[in-house]
Amino acid sequence: MEAFLNRYRSISVLLLVILGQLLLIAYRVKNKQDVPLIRVWAVTAVSPAARVLEGLRGGSSGFLHSYIVLHDADTENRRLREENGQLKLENIFLKNELNRADRAKALQLFQARTASKAVAASIIMMGAGSSSREVFVDRGSTSGIMRGMAVVTPDGIVGIVRAAYPTASEVLLITDADFAAGVVTQKTQVRGTLKGDGTPTCRVDYVPAEDKVEAGDWFYTSGEDRVFPSGFPVGVIKSVRPAQPFQEILVEPVGLKAGQEDVLILTEGVHQEIPDTPVTNQPIYIAPPPPNSNTTVTDLPTGATGTEADRLRALYKSVGDAQNHTFGQGEPGSKPPDFSKLPVKPGTGAAATSPQPLTPNSQPPVSNPQPPPQPPTVRRSNQAAGAPGGPPKE
Amino acid sequence: MSHGGTRILLSSQREGQVSRFRAWVLLAIPLAAILFQVYVPLFFQFLGFLEMPLLVVMYFALMRRNPISGLLLGAGVGLAQDALSKNPLGMFGIVNTLVGYFAASVGMRIDVDQGVIRLLLSFFFCLFHQLMYWVLVRALLDQPLAFDVQRTLLKAVLNAVVGVSVFHFLDKLRETV
Repeated sequence: MEAFLNRYRSISVLLLVILGQLLLIAYRVKNKQDVPLIRVWAVTAVSPAARVLEGLRGGSSGFLHSYIVLHDADTENRRLREENGQLKLENIFLKNELNRADRAKALQLFQARTASKAVAASIIMMGAGSSSREVFVDRGSTSGIMRGMAVVTPDGIVGIVRAAYPTASEVLLITDADFAAGVVTQKTQVRGTLKGDGTPTCRVDYVPAEDKVEAGDWFYTSGEDRVFPSGFPVGVIKSVRPAQPFQEILVEPVGLKAGQEDVLILTEGVHQEIPDTPVTNQPIYIAPPPPNSNTTVTDLPTGATGTEADRLRALYKSVGDAQNHTFGQGEPGSKPPDFSKLPVKPGTGAAATSPQPLTPNSQPPVSNPQPPPQPPTVRRSNQAAGAPGGPPKE
Repeated sequence: MSHGGTRILLSSQREGQVSRFRAWVLLAIPLAAILFQVYVPLFFQFLGFLEMPLLVVMYFALMRRNPISGLLLGAGVGLAQDALSKNPLGMFGIVNTLVGYFAASVGMRIDVDQGVIRLLLSFFFCLFHQLMYWVLVRALLDQPLAFDVQRTLLKAVLNAVVGVSVFHFLDKLRETV
């Protein structure tokens, strides 16, 4: 036995080591949880070094860049540069500090604006593996970070805390294939499930083929996943392909940017309103009729809705009234009203009951008192088609 | 078998000179490789293709020519990689263990000081690494991981080219006997 083990020592150790690791994988797959100590040790060992590296890089990148620029400057300025070197170094240092402060200020503003409670964190490293879609941030369980918390920026959502270690946390980015979140479109309130697919874009699943979504629409978090509060921007639809039973929708995330350094971890999420689509709330300007227009449409009375058909209906009704004819009550074969006596001039017939006609120089009555006096009619496109900009009903 | 007048195959294990490294080198270099893997692509995304921990495992296994130390180093580095990723512990571990073992076994039979041999071995082991990882993900985790042949080959070539330079640098850390 001993001779056998000596002879096959290497292969025996290999098999033992592989068996041990297979057991680790089996444990994870069966119990859906890892051996946490190994991960805690690894993250605790590596994250301080990564934090130091990040600190050095943040502090010195601008300095190094400018230093190289200084070397490349014209030789005629060398003497002046030497004299002013100290001042420039100070200037660079201050600029770096200012940049850093600006970034922090942007996050602070967002923190103040949003009702959710958030902790600011810096990305210190990526996950191992060349196709990695996760990052580590410098806030861990000692800062109150817990698994499942949402990670956002002022631009949009970034990911979800997958594991919280004492000194750092692992964040699964929204582009990772394991990521999923509930989303809703801004315009049409169509709901779907955002999923990463390991590329820079994401896809939205489970949007039925009959629901209307278009490229350029925005997706926001719906809040149904109980991770992200509703109302946070997710991304813009890049393409929509019809398919059965669900559409194939590709979304370009807005929260993820290359070289991103700072994020916010929501420790207490508060649902927000999804902002209205800007287009539907914009007042629409309707120009006055051309000066030489002979249109008689404006001479005619308008109904409640003010469409052309309504005007015609009111016109014919007025002709019938003038001839003591009640529409819908005449026997078959009885005499119809004489429609050859349609009013042709403003102020006659049915037009007599209508408001004063619009002329190029007149000021039409407007139901909405807010608009400026110049435009004759202003209405909001998202209001009911009640022709609020048209003449009021009498 | 010879290449450029130099023998490639070693007739016995004794012919191959075992390289020795200081303990801090064996600790610091794998740690630096892991740090590189998790930190550098954050700012230089085009370097994301580099599998620095794999190259380091390969190098130490080839040069030390000891299968047991090679596989243990591979297991350690692989587990550290797993711990810093969303993988279940053991995925990179098993792959790197196998790479460490086979690289050391090859190092016992082939003169691995030659640049061309290093290039070919790096290319082969990078391919092996990616193929094994794909097999494990499909077989053990039942996840639909795509295997893009062109991309895999390109990645192996790039890693092999970089690997030769890395090996050259690491040669300077060898103890002179």
